[in-house]
Amino acid sequence: MVLLEIKALHKFFGGLTATDNVSFGIREGEIVGLIGPNGAGKTTLFNLISGALNPDKGTIRFKDDVISGLKPYQICRLGIARTFQLVNLFEHMTVFENVFMAAQFGGLRKTGRADAKNQSLSLLEFVDLCGMENVAAGDLTIANQKRLEIARALATGPQLLLLDEVMAGLNPTEVDQAVDLVKKIRDKNITIFMIEHVMKAIMGISDRIIALHFGKKITEGLPQEVAAHKTVLEVYLGLDSDADA
Amino acid sequence: MTASLRELYRGGLLPHWSMPAAFLLMAFFPLFLPHYTIISLNDIFLYIVLTVSWALFSGPTHYISLASAAFFGIGIYTAAILGDHVPFGLVILAGGMISFAMALLVGLSSLRLRGMYFTVFTFGLSELIHHTVQWWEVNISGTVGRLVISLHYQTVFYTLLIIVFVNLLTARLIRQSKYGFALRGIGESEAAADHIGINVNRVKIVIFALSTFFMGATGATVATQWTYIDPSIAFNPMYSFMPVLMAIFGGISTIYGQLLGAALLTLLADMLLTKFPYYYNLLYGIILVFVVVFLPQGLAGLITVLKRRMERRSPA
Repeated sequence: MVLLEIKALHKFFGGLTATDNVSFGIREGEIVGLIGPNGAGKTTLFNLISGALNPDKGTIRFKDDVISGLKPYQICRLGIARTFQLVNLFEHMTVFENVFMAAQFGGLRKTGRADAKNQSLSLLEFVDLCGMENVAAGDLTIANQKRLEIARALATGPQLLLLDEVMAGLNPTEVDQAVDLVKKIRDKNITIFMIEHVMKAIMGISDRIIALHFGKKITEGLPQEVAAHKTVLEVYLGLDSDADA
Repeated sequence: MTASLRELYRGGLLPHWSMPAAFLLMAFFPLFLPHYTIISLNDIFLYIVLTVSWALFSGPTHYISLASAAFFGIGIYTAAILGDHVPFGLVILAGGMISFAMALLVGLSSLRLRGMYFTVFTFGLSELIHHTVQWWEVNISGTVGRLVISLHYQTVFYTLLIIVFVNLLTARLIRQSKYGFALRGIGESEAAADHIGINVNRVKIVIFALSTFFMGATGATVATQWTYIDPSIAFNPMYSFMPVLMAIFGGISTIYGQLLGAALLTLLADMLLTKFPYYYNLLYGIILVFVVVFLPQGLAGLITVLKRRMERRSPA
């Protein structure tokens, strides 16, 4: 079943076309990777899906609902959660409070306070942050902050999880742990759409990969197909990184 | 875990029954305290409501509103206009409701503004209301200022006592509710709050409007002590600045800190004014600067620090 369907999506920032006629679908249960050089429009695409930005043209459909034009909190309640490229936690609140708030207001917000509490604690266990419940979120290491952000997103009870560079800035061991965590999340029947620059990681876990360049989708397919794609090699895996500018 | 969780939701340093007990005790004050003391208490109550209401919204969100004077003044004018025609209880309710309705409008038009833009907007709005009323009185109604029906100071005392009690109770319930919790999240990161399912604008606007209800009700009550009001009295910007100072002075992050700040600063101003009429503002300023520089968490922060030291010294 197609969970998320994007059709002819456009977003303009002044004269810049940040998202240029992008269409694709994500099926339930998949892990889909989104790659592209810096400035390719990956985070813009996430912002359009999560409602942080409104598209100028095109539609986004989640299950039976057209969600383009809805507010982030409405989209979250329908079942799409996200993390942020730059960690965006409630820094002065505790680890527990960060997750607990999401459990009370996300898609599962009809649950009682006690259920929300239990659910938050078990999610903290799930992402391996046991024993840190009462630490201020801002005092965690970067790797743990990213895990906390994932736990907070999961606490809203999503069917689709958008992960924006959860492996950036992590050391190799932490990257391996993050890969394991992503697999564990998929095993919970949560569909994952992730932006990642760590090639080894994203090529290894994605069922499918979509490549963006200057706002356009340049290709889509199995990891090995995308990795062999001529334009991808040129603009992204190529020798120089001029495309970054 | 449970103990630490309980600590997270802890309202303050005092036991639960202390607040109702204190209010019960205060209900007997007019029986044995002199007139002057009751009038002073009325003044303290007025600033407690303004401070606690202001901090209810501005504390967790860090949206510094300078519109308290507008909502307080709306209450005052409600009493001046309706006081002769409507029973007093309804006048107070009307003062609160009109402030509430006004705050909803303000909220809808301004809460998309952040940081200092919000602050400047609220200050400008307060002045706009002040001068609109003044313009109206000069050009349309023809007389500046109005007489307000006068009530016995004890009636005012009991009315304020009830308003303060309901105000504190509401503030506490909101802080402990998931909406108060959401408000803290909004203060930390509005984008993150939005993305975990919080209807950010609704939470902000409703709590903001609710907090102004108490300001309006209090304005309507204290106006009956003033006999005569005009726009410069009713919309005096000091009523916007004082709650901010008092909350910072006492400790903005807890209700008892706000209470402490409002009560002590009112008493202090009173004392300085009578004892040092010439140096009043100078001394007042020095004390405020001292507190802001050396006690960033306010007096409540100082108490917490002292309490921790005592606990460390005495082996438990």
